[in-house]
Amino acid sequence: MSGEVRVYGGWRDDLGLRVIPSKRIGKDVYEVFIGPQHPGSGHMRIIIRVDGDVIVEADPDIGYVHRTMEKLGEIRGWIKPIPLFERMAIHDACNITLPYVRAVEKLMGVEAPLRAKYLRVLLCEINRIASHLYGFAIFSIFLGHSTMYMWAMGDREVFIQLAEELTGARLTHSYPIPGGVRRDIPQGFPDMARRAVRYMRKRLEEYRKMFLENPVIRSRLEGVGVIPKNLAAELGLVGPNARGSGIAYDVRIIEPYEVYDELDFEVPVYTEGDALARTYVRVEEIAQSLRIIEQVVDWLEKKPREPIVDESIYKKYPPLHKKILESQGRAKLLPWMATMKVPAGAAIGRGETGRGEIIYYVESDGGVNPYRVRIVTPSARNVIAFKYALPGHRVMDLPAIYGSLDYFPPEADR
Amino acid sequence: MEEGRVYLGNLDVAAKRARDILLGKIKLEKVVDWANAFSLWPVHLTTSCCSTEFAATFGPRFDGEQFGALPWVGPRQTNLIVIEGTVTRKMACAVRVTWEQMPHPKFAIAMGACALDGGLFYNSYNVVRPWEVIPIDIYIPGCPPRPESVARAIVELQRRIRSRRVASSWIREGWRPDRDYVAPKEDYCSWQRTSSPVPL
Amino acid sequence: MVEARERAEGVVGPRRYEEVLKAARSRAEEALRAVGVSFSIEEGKGFVDLVVDVDSVVRAAEALKAAGFDHVVSVTAVDYPKRKQIKVAYHVTSYLDPEIAGGIVGLAVYLPRASPEMPSLTSVWVSAEFMEREVYEFFGVHFRGHPDLRPLLLVPELAEKHPLRKDFVVREESIYEGVPERVRRG
Repeated sequence: MSGEVRVYGGWRDDLGLRVIPSKRIGKDVYEVFIGPQHPGSGHMRIIIRVDGDVIVEADPDIGYVHRTMEKLGEIRGWIKPIPLFERMAIHDACNITLPYVRAVEKLMGVEAPLRAKYLRVLLCEINRIASHLYGFAIFSIFLGHSTMYMWAMGDREVFIQLAEELTGARLTHSYPIPGGVRRDIPQGFPDMARRAVRYMRKRLEEYRKMFLENPVIRSRLEGVGVIPKNLAAELGLVGPNARGSGIAYDVRIIEPYEVYDELDFEVPVYTEGDALARTYVRVEEIAQSLRIIEQVVDWLEKKPREPIVDESIYKKYPPLHKKILESQGRAKLLPWMATMKVPAGAAIGRGETGRGEIIYYVESDGGVNPYRVRIVTPSARNVIAFKYALPGHRVMDLPAIYGSLDYFPPEADR
Repeated sequence: MEEGRVYLGNLDVAAKRARDILLGKIKLEKVVDWANAFSLWPVHLTTSCCSTEFAATFGPRFDGEQFGALPWVGPRQTNLIVIEGTVTRKMACAVRVTWEQMPHPKFAIAMGACALDGGLFYNSYNVVRPWEVIPIDIYIPGCPPRPESVARAIVELQRRIRSRRVASSWIREGWRPDRDYVAPKEDYCSWQRTSSPVPL
Repeated sequence: MVEARERAEGVVGPRRYEEVLKAARSRAEEALRAVGVSFSIEEGKGFVDLVVDVDSVVRAAEALKAAGFDHVVSVTAVDYPKRKQIKVAYHVTSYLDPEIAGGIVGLAVYLPRASPEMPSLTSVWVSAEFMEREVYEFFGVHFRGHPDLRPLLLVPELAEKHPLRKDFVVREESIYEGVPERVRRG
């Protein structure tokens, strides 16, 4: 590199960086690198091998957002990983952190009081709706349907506002803590939630008319990216992707955590396994989440307020903290929590996020830090679907398949 | 009319400016800066999770398009790059390649605490600082920053372009006079060449 | 013009997880006994690990697959530098068998830390492919017979250092960083 060359002007390229050209790797088979800067604006690369414009092989190249969550989780005590793990999918923050909190609770032997459990479920469902709507918005950009992007992004703000009222943050709530939650519902929240639910019900009907039954969208999604039931089970797909392929599996039913066994809701399942079926599952799930929010809000309004942290933690509260908890409904974190020790053992915490099942394997050696936190996020399990769903399709179907899998790279790369 | 109207590219203002240019009252350079400031098109390169807030900025509630910024697909048609959060070792290569592909005058906004100095991942082994990869004009603090602050950064960048005559002098000189030369210390794309099964 | 789609039968529930786990566990133990694989049990909260020998891990995996455990939830590796061992556990469960659906059973092996090597189970469980690549780069466990063993998330230079092993130290800033000693004492 000589001193005279100025890269900054954009004329010269003294680093030898260049766009990687397509390569001819066999007779009539070329290798094309798609991403990480591509129309879908995902943070991943898919290396596809094409014969003409038909994909014969796909190799997802991920790791562009690998931020070493598992390693950093081993050195930051037991409380600080909560905001850390939240960054995997910040628009689905409560769902992502709750299983970790539950795994730590299992090890500590504490349990959240009933009111805190309802509050957790409330925020989880708000997050699930926001996450699905975000997925829709991105999916519509992939398909070039910018009206749906605007609709979904605008309606998502309703639920973000709801979460902001509840927790004080738009996205990164850090709401559940071992043994409880951090805030009770504010005044006037139930009515606000009911208004949001009514609004969203009306909108879902419009979504159906404009998006799901739109002939253009259907012709792009129907029969595209079909994953049969057996293949989906073999690949271990999770969440709406598995349920779109006819697998009736939802952690909220299989291992009813918090208060999901007391609530009345259904889990929609479709059998076709194509991109449209996966989209239908998501729309139906939004409707079911709205039902859950209504029930939870009714319960929270009806029952008297009680401490929202576990008895064993509440006992250690100084009088000032107790006063704040009773008057404002805010649970403070205590200083000893920063250096608390958790009994030795291993626990698996699992939960159903917007994109599917998330698993935390938490191992403790009795120290102030977790010995090992293994995270398997839904997107990390769904990434293998690219390898099996893409071949056989034309390159122009790639955005539809990518979008319908609702893949979120920061979550997959951890 | 409100005061902020001038930023929206009012037709009356545009017509008045066109008349002034034709009469020779305004230098063409000023027009170049003005035009560049109101056509900052960010490229679709999402480096991390701040992209959710970036998407919300251009959603209906916050409407980032009112500032003349429209996220666009190809790097060849864009002149703004918004680093949305953490840049990892692998992504640094993509950031640099995209930056090299964009035509000048071009600008960069670093969004989020991770883009400042690592944020929550300050001691992670896989995270690089974006200012080591490309030259940054504006930093937005926050984790994640609210959409309002992204809009604020775009307006601030517009103001800076117009007050410092960045775009016109860049076009005239062929390089940017008010910023230091930034080139990565290491080749972030080296992994790509070694891991490829076929030598490129 | 366009007909709406029919919804299939939903999930039956809610269920009690303890019973599912118990059923899954007894099913797995029976399957391993039937093929004559000896194992020891490590209890966890919400799962159970069946520890087998490295030589019999493929036979055990095939038996579990035949017993209905159709996919891998997680390939979990843990580094124990004091014991000079690395534990690799395949946490598996079932989708298609409603009786054991969701019950997590781990098939675990202990490998020597100096040269961890084991046969790949991707031929049994396809869903383990990417997770084995992850364990390969983060712990340096070599999976014999893996179709495509290369780093997944990391760049090659970093993958050589195996970052999730305990001897790869990441420094954490203390909350007392830069605070003089006498202030720290209070």
